[in-house]
Amino acid sequence: MSRKNFVSKTLAGLTEAIKQAVFAERYARLPGLLQGLDPRGKIITFLALLIATAITRHLAVMALIYLLTVILAAASRIPMLFFMKRVWLFIPLFTGAIALPAIFNVVTPGQPLITLITFSAPFSWGPLHFPATIAITQQGVHGAAIFILRVATSVSLSVLLVLTTQWSRLLQALTALRFPKVAILIFGMTYRYIFLFIKVAEEMFLARTSRTVGPTDTREQQNWLSSRLGFLLTRSYNLSNDVYLAMLSRGWTGNARFLDDFRFTWQDTVWVVFTITFLGTIFFLGGMQ
Amino acid sequence: MSDTIFKVSGMSYSYPGGLSGLYDMDFRIGRGENIVFLGVNGSGKSTLLKLLDGLYFPKQGTIEAFGEPLTEKRLQDESFAFAFRRRVGFLFQDPDSQLFLPTVWQEVAFSPLQMGLAREEVEERAASALAVLGIEKLKDRVPYQLSEGEKKKVALASLLALDPEVWLLDEPTANLDPRTQDWVIEFILSLKEKGKTLIVAIHELEVAKVIADQAYILGEDHRLAAAGKPQEILQDEELLLRANLMHRRRHLHTDPVRTHRHPHRDPGHA
Ligand SMILES: Nc1ncnc2c1ncn2[C@@H]1O[C@H](COP(=O)(O)OP(=O)(O)OP(=O)(O)O)[C@@H](O)[C@H]1O
Ligand SMILES: [Mg+2]
Repeated sequence: MSRKNFVSKTLAGLTEAIKQAVFAERYARLPGLLQGLDPRGKIITFLALLIATAITRHLAVMALIYLLTVILAAASRIPMLFFMKRVWLFIPLFTGAIALPAIFNVVTPGQPLITLITFSAPFSWGPLHFPATIAITQQGVHGAAIFILRVATSVSLSVLLVLTTQWSRLLQALTALRFPKVAILIFGMTYRYIFLFIKVAEEMFLARTSRTVGPTDTREQQNWLSSRLGFLLTRSYNLSNDVYLAMLSRGWTGNARFLDDFRFTWQDTVWVVFTITFLGTIFFLGGMQ
Repeated sequence: MSDTIFKVSGMSYSYPGGLSGLYDMDFRIGRGENIVFLGVNGSGKSTLLKLLDGLYFPKQGTIEAFGEPLTEKRLQDESFAFAFRRRVGFLFQDPDSQLFLPTVWQEVAFSPLQMGLAREEVEERAASALAVLGIEKLKDRVPYQLSEGEKKKVALASLLALDPEVWLLDEPTANLDPRTQDWVIEFILSLKEKGKTLIVAIHELEVAKVIADQAYILGEDHRLAAAGKPQEILQDEELLLRANLMHRRRHLHTDPVRTHRHPHRDPGHA
């Protein structure tokens, strides 16, 4: 890959990956473990796992749930590299900025793990009080690890649910579970919005590639990118407005009716019983405190 | 019940915060009529169709549909909305905004399903719509991966499965190759034979001549510039020039070759 095309190639690659995974429902059509389960049971159990991830304060519990998502992904034929990359490439980017300061004793006092700087005396700078030695603390690292793992596990659970369930089945299951119509409508629209956003972005890149003759430098690419971002947002917003109108026009009321029926089979029973046992055991061992 | 499908009186519409919209619209569309709205880009054709489909609501004046006022409040009543959506189908200008399900099959089955038809009937209708459009082999494809023409056919098939009385078609022949364009025109003519009410937004004069009994011209000022039989209106060069639907330079050829293929299609001779 030439460095000069880096920006557009990365973005084009990203949009292609999302399209393949989510919109072509490539993984949702594979004959894997989670794909075969009733979406109603899947939504309920994944919600339970998400709640457990959100309330536990134990690193081990989160690690266990994360491990479960990895095993489930493997059993559902989702390429491991793809699955992990989706989660671990983006998480540090978004959560790292929040978690990073917390590892220092400036924010989280505690047992020093690594001492970085030693001043002659403690001092204050604005609202911050600096101790005489700046160190990374054990408590700080632990807190940051919990935070990052919590986000990673939650994202993994959501990604897994979306990747292994056809979109229309998800909507249908949410309806069957009596989720509020408005919530289902918003969920449906979000999906469509992302879809359109990607489509518009893709057209933009194609149009640019066809207009550009010869190499362009990265600075120029960045300028172009930021100038087009506004356009991208407006255009996909306008399109998505039309999408909403088209759904209305075709008789959509948020009460999604689709062709296939749900079938709750013995596999579903096994899965639900397994999840209850799994979370129940963690609970009784004190993992939710 | 009257034979009036739509009655539009003193209707104006403007987009939030914007000037562009529609002004002082007055017209009546009867059952089985075939109407075209002609106008250049931005004259308000799509906006007008959305108003007729009860997706936008007039800022001033009224729209009556099937003898009843078509208002936001009325459409909040689910049984009224269902009855209306059952009778009126809308082909969006950009098929991408219309198609949102993972497979063509689900797409075509969507509307009849929402109307609460029995499963067997839904499947029967979807299958026959695909057959009529000749796209059975696209059944399991993902709509977004189709070509423009294929998408348009899927969108038409999904309307056909609903089989509404009134068809609102927003630029049904735009962005298609000549062969597919002719095919779509044939399809529209077959609807006409079945006695459907057709309301078509279009900017190709030749196509308008073939499908319409009645033509309305939307001016660039977002008002109705003229109404009448297409044969008469489309002869009126001054009018067409004013609405920018015709160019003075249109027939000036700099090409030195004197005999050449004429680039403007005339589906009337197809
Ligand atoms: N969502 C919107 N918000 C604000 N203004 C809009 C919106 N949609 C359309 N307009 C404006 O309203 C006017 C009419 O638009 P409309 O889409 O109805 O035109 P049209 O005749 O269908 O054009 P075209 O032939 O390009 O499809 C235009 O000036 C357009 O810029
Ligand atoms: Mg339009």
